[in-house]
Amino acid sequence: MGDKKKWFQLDLGLNKKQPNAGTCGCGKTSGGCGSHAAEPPKTGHAISSAEFDAAVEQELTQETMVGQTRKDGFQQVFDVKMDRRSAFRKLTASLLVGAGAVHTSCSVTAGEETKEKAQLDWEEQFKGNYKLMTEEEKQATVDRLVRSYQLRKKENIKMTATDASKDVLFGYAFNISKCQGYMDCVSACVKENNQDRNSEMQYIRIHEMKDGEGFKFNEADDNYYHEVPAEGHFYMGTQCFHCDNPPCVEVCPVEATWREEDGLVVIDYDWCIGCRYCMAACPYDGRRFNWSKPEVPEEEVNKNQHYLGNRLRKKGVMEKCTFCVQRSRSGKDPACVEACPTGARIFGNLLDPDSTIRWVLENKQVFRLKEDLGTEPKFWYFMD
Amino acid sequence: METVRAFRSMVKDSLGYITHGSKTYHIWMIFLTVIMLIGMYCYSIQLDEGLSVTGMNDRVSWGLYISNFTFLVGVAAAAVMLVMPTYVLKDIDFKQAVLIGEGLAVAALVMCLAFVVADMGGPSVLWHMIPGIGVFNFPNSMLAWDVIVLNGYLFINITIPLYILFRHYQGKEAKSKIYVPGSILSVLWAVGIHLVTAFLYEGLQARPFWNNALLGPRFLASAFAAGPALIILVLAAIRKFSEFKIENKTISKIAMIVTVAAQINLIMLVSELFKEFYAPTHHSESAYYLFFGLEGKTALLPWIWTAIPLNILATVLLTFHKLRNNFKVLYFCCFILFVAIWIEKGFGLIVPGFIPGPYGKIAEYTPTWIEIWVTLGIWAMGAFVFTMLAKTSIGIELGKLRYKKKKVLESETA
Repeated sequence: MGDKKKWFQLDLGLNKKQPNAGTCGCGKTSGGCGSHAAEPPKTGHAISSAEFDAAVEQELTQETMVGQTRKDGFQQVFDVKMDRRSAFRKLTASLLVGAGAVHTSCSVTAGEETKEKAQLDWEEQFKGNYKLMTEEEKQATVDRLVRSYQLRKKENIKMTATDASKDVLFGYAFNISKCQGYMDCVSACVKENNQDRNSEMQYIRIHEMKDGEGFKFNEADDNYYHEVPAEGHFYMGTQCFHCDNPPCVEVCPVEATWREEDGLVVIDYDWCIGCRYCMAACPYDGRRFNWSKPEVPEEEVNKNQHYLGNRLRKKGVMEKCTFCVQRSRSGKDPACVEACPTGARIFGNLLDPDSTIRWVLENKQVFRLKEDLGTEPKFWYFMD
Repeated sequence: METVRAFRSMVKDSLGYITHGSKTYHIWMIFLTVIMLIGMYCYSIQLDEGLSVTGMNDRVSWGLYISNFTFLVGVAAAAVMLVMPTYVLKDIDFKQAVLIGEGLAVAALVMCLAFVVADMGGPSVLWHMIPGIGVFNFPNSMLAWDVIVLNGYLFINITIPLYILFRHYQGKEAKSKIYVPGSILSVLWAVGIHLVTAFLYEGLQARPFWNNALLGPRFLASAFAAGPALIILVLAAIRKFSEFKIENKTISKIAMIVTVAAQINLIMLVSELFKEFYAPTHHSESAYYLFFGLEGKTALLPWIWTAIPLNILATVLLTFHKLRNNFKVLYFCCFILFVAIWIEKGFGLIVPGFIPGPYGKIAEYTPTWIEIWVTLGIWAMGAFVFTMLAKTSIGIELGKLRYKKKKVLESETA
């Protein structure tokens, strides 16, 4: 592969020299100093196909176990690993918020609250683009949003602004042989990501296709209400593919959408102007627009939120799948992966050579949709 | 100081001038105001409830607003067809027509910007697009380019006529050394605004119907047919309702431009149809939907089958000198050509781009009444702006508006 590529190509770091693999302490890059002799030759991945199935199986049972002993809100907030600095920062922020809450709840004059609301709204209206904010500014807007929610709904939410970790590139694989069209992923996604219930917005579409006719999306049904799996059909799910060369990002006139370091394509809902150019540019039907004010019943709101992920949206902005950034960046699988009863959905770090997703990419016959467009999706399909 | 005083006096005079006029003039302005008010009311509903009150949805995410925007960019660009011969080639025939043309460009641009704003989900955060305060995705986003070229073109088209009219108002000759470079710039700029607007669609690999190298040139050809066709109609109206003299020769020359542009446009249409239907591929489905309908979904058929015959009829009629030189036929041709291109470059271009969707889903689009009224309101606003601009410039050109009642220049009456 030449250095100059005529088109964009997804870089999984496979061709990069591993700093410890090629060179050794003696400084030589080719063998001869003797210290390489002890290293066992690399023979790809250690897991076999049977072990892979077992791993998927195990993951599934683990999930159900987790489901039985679900953490309550208190644990969700406090069972978070963090370093001292961020702990201090969070403590200070929550103290401030708490003090504010105590203050307002004890205050006799409601005018204070209205004033604070107005102040928060003003600052939110004229804040900058999240992508360009400093750490402090990011935390400040998160605190404002949390406080604003508290003032409005008298409920506390937890919102994070976790940045991408180094050496992480998220990828997704979909097993067409396994999917039975149960759509548990769709409902889990709606719940997790606080999507508008009125318009029944869904990020995931499951296409029901006829056996023996190949992938005929135009003849597929993506809005079925019958019992599944239907005789003589197979199922294929689509959502945002988090392209490595995303056309939607290129076209946004205000840089309200961008690709994060870990490969997630995200939107700053507060910076979006709602022109829907990205929607026209997406070849995968991955983006959704809030045509009216999104409504989520208070008791159904997922209060574990991320600024770039499932926080509540407003009217007139774009939104899309973020591979559940609020979950994936804290080491969990996206809701769709967790909810899938068949194990058709695989998610993981593409840069980790021992991840399941890497095993799938290297051992299965994988393909992607519309590869000719040069978008380099990080979403692969495969069959058993 | 004298200049400032003169300018203030011009603004005051023209305000007085546009608020006075014949009965027909008043009825016309009241009529436009009523439509604008209805449009504003409908827009307030849209602001309140969101874009869900329009016919657009996640499958067809651009509709009537963006269609009209695209078409009007063409109308705005067409003013150049008059600017070029008058200012640059010193063809005196067009002198009167050119101020009208530039006024039309300004009105069209105002409408363009209004349509874009009407289409936005969050008009309150539009300041994000202002370079300096906001973040501007330049040069990656074609929409960012479009904002720059449209506003630049608006600026040019306001300043040049303003300079000329201001000089005439003071009873002085406009210096060609000042306005000719501006005019040359506006000529290049006009091609730019239309090409950039075409690139907005052309650059999307997701939409094969738009991702087509002929889109840009075809935009230009159709614009240079529809724009001057509208100018001819407007000149005809001005000739009828004011004392402003427009010679037959001027109209005939513009008619020539319309004819050539319409012929080129027709050739390109044939080329496009050939490509889509001779060896149809997956990418021809949008064209199939537009012309024949897909899976029984045929919402655009009446539109496109109105547009194509009108387009052909107008082009054929215009091609014959005898018919073209008969003004009754000419006006008729201009009207049907304008309507045909409005359908073709508006609805017929934007909506099929989304149908079928990325995965072949066919969801049709029908504008709602709210959307239609907002659209009509914006058109009324354009007509309102244009009427005011045209009335003022005619007033100054005829010498009715003069600073300290200076006499009319001889060169103007010629």
